[in-house]
Amino acid sequence: MSALEAARDHFVASARAFAAAADPRDPAWLRSLRAEAAASFAEQGLPTTRLEEWRYTNLTPLAKTRFELPGAEPAAVDREAVEAVCFPVFACSVFVFVDGRFRPELSSPRALSGNLRVESLAELRTRAPARLAGQLGRLADPKRHPFVALGTACLDDGACLFVPRATRVEQPIHVVQIASGAAPDRVCHPRLLLVAEPGSQVTVIQDFVSLAGARGFSNAVAEVSVGQGAAVDLVLLQRENAESFHVSNLEVRIARDARFAAHTLTLGGGFVRNDLNAVLEEEGASLRLDGLTVAGGSSLVDNHTVVDHALPHGESRQRYKCVLGGRARGVFRGRVVVRPDAQKTNASQSSANILLSEGAEIDAKPQLEIWADDVKCSHGATIGRLDENALFYLRSRGIGEAAARDLLVQGFAAELLASLPSPALAEGLTELLREQMRRAGAGEAA
Amino acid sequence: MLELSNLHASAGGAKILKGIDLVVRAGEVHAVMGPNGSGKSTLANVLAGRPGVEITQGSVLFEGKDLTALSPEERARAGIFLAFQYPVEIPGVANSYFLKASLNAIRKARGLAELDAMDFLALVREKAKRVEMDEKFLQRAVNEGFSGGEKKRNEILQMAILEPKLAVLDETDSGLDIDALRVVANGVNALRSPERALLVITHYQRLLDYIVPDFVHVLSGGRIVRSGGKELALELEQKGYGWLGAAAPR
Amino acid sequence: MSESQNATLEKLAEREYQYGFVTDIESESVPPGLDEGIVRLISSKKNEPEWLLAWRLKALERFLQLAADGTEPTWAMVDYPKIDYQKIIYYSAPKQRKQLSSLDEVDPELLRTYEKLGISLAEQKRLTGVAVDAVFDSVSVATTFRAELEKQGILFCSFSEAVQQHPELVRKYLGSVVPYSDNFFATLNSAVFTDGSFAYVPKGVRCPMELSTYFRINAVGTGQFERTLIIADEGASVSYLEGCTAPKRDENQLHAAVVELVALDDATIKYSTVQNWYPGDKHGVGGIYNFVTKRGACRGKRSKISWTQVETGSAITWKYPSCILQGDDSIGEFYSVAMTTNYQQADTGTKMIHIGRNTSSTIVSKGISAGHGRQAYRGLVHVSPRAVGARNHSRCDSLLLGSTSSAHTFPYLEIENATAQVEHEATTSKIGEDQLFYCRQRGLSEEDAVSLIVNGFCKEVFRELPMEFAVEAQNLLSLSLENTVG
Repeated sequence: MSALEAARDHFVASARAFAAAADPRDPAWLRSLRAEAAASFAEQGLPTTRLEEWRYTNLTPLAKTRFELPGAEPAAVDREAVEAVCFPVFACSVFVFVDGRFRPELSSPRALSGNLRVESLAELRTRAPARLAGQLGRLADPKRHPFVALGTACLDDGACLFVPRATRVEQPIHVVQIASGAAPDRVCHPRLLLVAEPGSQVTVIQDFVSLAGARGFSNAVAEVSVGQGAAVDLVLLQRENAESFHVSNLEVRIARDARFAAHTLTLGGGFVRNDLNAVLEEEGASLRLDGLTVAGGSSLVDNHTVVDHALPHGESRQRYKCVLGGRARGVFRGRVVVRPDAQKTNASQSSANILLSEGAEIDAKPQLEIWADDVKCSHGATIGRLDENALFYLRSRGIGEAAARDLLVQGFAAELLASLPSPALAEGLTELLREQMRRAGAGEAA
Repeated sequence: MLELSNLHASAGGAKILKGIDLVVRAGEVHAVMGPNGSGKSTLANVLAGRPGVEITQGSVLFEGKDLTALSPEERARAGIFLAFQYPVEIPGVANSYFLKASLNAIRKARGLAELDAMDFLALVREKAKRVEMDEKFLQRAVNEGFSGGEKKRNEILQMAILEPKLAVLDETDSGLDIDALRVVANGVNALRSPERALLVITHYQRLLDYIVPDFVHVLSGGRIVRSGGKELALELEQKGYGWLGAAAPR
Repeated sequence: MSESQNATLEKLAEREYQYGFVTDIESESVPPGLDEGIVRLISSKKNEPEWLLAWRLKALERFLQLAADGTEPTWAMVDYPKIDYQKIIYYSAPKQRKQLSSLDEVDPELLRTYEKLGISLAEQKRLTGVAVDAVFDSVSVATTFRAELEKQGILFCSFSEAVQQHPELVRKYLGSVVPYSDNFFATLNSAVFTDGSFAYVPKGVRCPMELSTYFRINAVGTGQFERTLIIADEGASVSYLEGCTAPKRDENQLHAAVVELVALDDATIKYSTVQNWYPGDKHGVGGIYNFVTKRGACRGKRSKISWTQVETGSAITWKYPSCILQGDDSIGEFYSVAMTTNYQQADTGTKMIHIGRNTSSTIVSKGISAGHGRQAYRGLVHVSPRAVGARNHSRCDSLLLGSTSSAHTFPYLEIENATAQVEHEATTSKIGEDQLFYCRQRGLSEEDAVSLIVNGFCKEVFRELPMEFAVEAQNLLSLSLENTVG
């Protein structure tokens, strides 16, 4: 039996044990959602590199560890530790999850308009399951992706945010997903459900961070629906430790004249795979996807996007940038599909990559699939080193080599940081980027 | 030669021309002036038959024939030439090749023999000299990488070669420095003849110092609000278009 | 698309494939089916040495295994009903006497066929500067200018003759670029290939004329499995052209060729293809399945291989002419125009494998899709860890004519060396309305305007073709355009 098959069996067994121990008050639909997902996962297993979607990403390292769900007792984490990882710049409502579970005592929800708050999925599913019915699991289809199946099979807690019609939430909402590292080799399945009703506007920062150096696996699943004329900015910040495995799936549906932007920032983690699947379901939908990766050591960061234009007058723009040092590997696979009805679509996609060291490697596969004729679509990919001339220029002005590299990478990342929904966030990230650069540049584990 | 009556036209769903009456006879030069958004370019496009510009009311007659039923190429072959405000780039297609294809299509329609490569080359060289255009432009792709002035000169070169009956110049002066303007104007003036009519569309009076019109029309809000002789252009130059506000029917 | 454009499309769809006639000639075929007996029969008909038969049999064994495992490749973006490999006739040849001492002995019917295709095999009538090897179904029927080439030591003959006369060269290089186990269709070819062209240009010789092969499929129910091998020794250079046509038939015929190129130090090979196999009718019935493996090895330092292809024919095209850049400072190029109209499908592109130091590659791909045509660019740029200083620039543009056509772009960039500089750009758009209007305002018909714009779009590729072929390619494109597009 291969490591992948053994890991599948292990995950299946632990999903069964989880389902058997789950809260008996859970509604029947949720139980069957989990059961179907478990069956679907058992069927799909962990994909091999023979599958096109996983061609460059070998799951064997993940499969070699027997990850267990966290125990019943919540990890002991104090407020100070949380504050230490949440920079002061995120002066907004903070909702804290530790090892996938909501921790109200660590959270600091500030007043949001209309008593809006992030709710715990664990609480909602027993207290008011009707609010979840028909939403939870609607977009994230277990059959589409084995890790969606696994996450759904073990669906326990997560962050839910329902933004009512025409509500504008001014301050960003910060959802922190903390891996406590209290015990090694834990897996958690953080979930996000975000429903922005027509005309609403909201910014959510989902922040994955580790408190300790212990190895862990987070398998995040997020579902976002953006109603007519609504505007949603979602920042996915990944800064877990270098031992971490991180798999995330984001499913987005964008309605008529609505706008969605995702900012995927990967500044940590040892093995990271992000799948982002966005459908521009109605006319005039707009999508922006920005991705920034800085990695070193022997990290692997794999970004997969699918942008699906279903109806006319949609617009999408993707900008993915990647800086790799050490023996890090980056993968970008972006697919733009323009369906036959999606005339007048305007879609662009770019993947720009900088390799800082000999051992770094990048695999890029930007794809256009165009089934309509009246469209403007383009993509571009570049791979190279930092500009030697620029580097020399800076050094000739007395700037040290490391600082000069930092500066150039910052310049490379600048347009992505400038597009972040909050300037304070951009500022906080600049420091984080610098730190990550030091790790990447020094060839240490990122 | 050209007769517009009560012409209404819309483009992209917006009503732009709202009742134009205009008669242009052979040998005449008419200038159409007006502020931005007054419908000048739409008027040029209606005459050339640009797809997407729709005549909603009224008529356009060219030499007594209804123009509206004709495709753009049929109008070109009938003798209507539009010098584009923004000449289009066609990558990979040599300028001379394009001109030859165009000239021969028009000659064929007029029952003339197609020119062979040698005769064509002689013709194009002579005309290029007249618009002070370097021969190297003939081998380059149509308008690709041309400066604004070079593009406009290229339009005039095409006009000189195709010898239209009615030439419509759509803001041919925009973006030209004074030297280029002089060259372009000389090229146009060389074509003035009793059999030919010119419709010069411009925002500025400047061009009319070089191409002196017989008639000047002021277009505003999709209608001709004043017509007169060349002195009207000078009046506009002094007063600007602002004073038209009151006069222009909305 | 406007009413008038649609009307133009329909009107033009009426045009017929020009080369669809059938030559009535007595031919000798083996029974349909694929087994050891057939492979032995083909090999014995060609009087092949034992080592070659052994090689074929290894390939056959592997192919039968692959077929039994159901591992026919499915990753390409093309759809076709399952091929029954036991129903294909693997060998068909016009009957003729064993040895021809001169062209005068070639069956006049065959000569007429090539005349009709615009290829004169009579040397005195040929434009000087092009030597032709004519392949009819499974065999080479004539090769022109051989003697003249031999004066300079250049070997140009059919593959079968090369096996007899230059076995050492064939044995050394056959399968050295495309091994028999390379892929499903290459494996099939290795088992059953019948003929093809062979060229060897010795050290320091610049081949004084274009070498060319003209492939013609004629017989019913046959597949064509030719094998081409071109070797440019140190400092040699050669330009090679191939053209292909087939009669109109309602059945689909399989063409699974293999081309291997080897360039040693300072050698240059330029390989140009104008592919005009029968594309099927306007309803998508019939046409050739063109499943071809073409690969060149830039083995020597400063060697260069350049592929130029104009693909207008075939019901389905599946080909990726590639370069393995082994030698330091070697150069690979790929220039492609692919056009799909009616129900044609094409999945084509290239692979540039950078291995040596300071290697560079250029990819220019222009796709035009009309009618129900479907088209994918699929390309790989691989920079291996030792390939210091690799450079690649890729540009892929797609032009869509008509709302039922589609265009897809799948580049794979695998970069394992930090000193690499790789750039890929791609665009997809419909034909410019402004350009069309501009041309029509200058008196061109819509049809001519489209043809003009499309030819301009392809210019970067056409200028890579040898003069004579460039004209043919432009005409072909205009004709194909007429075939479906306005």
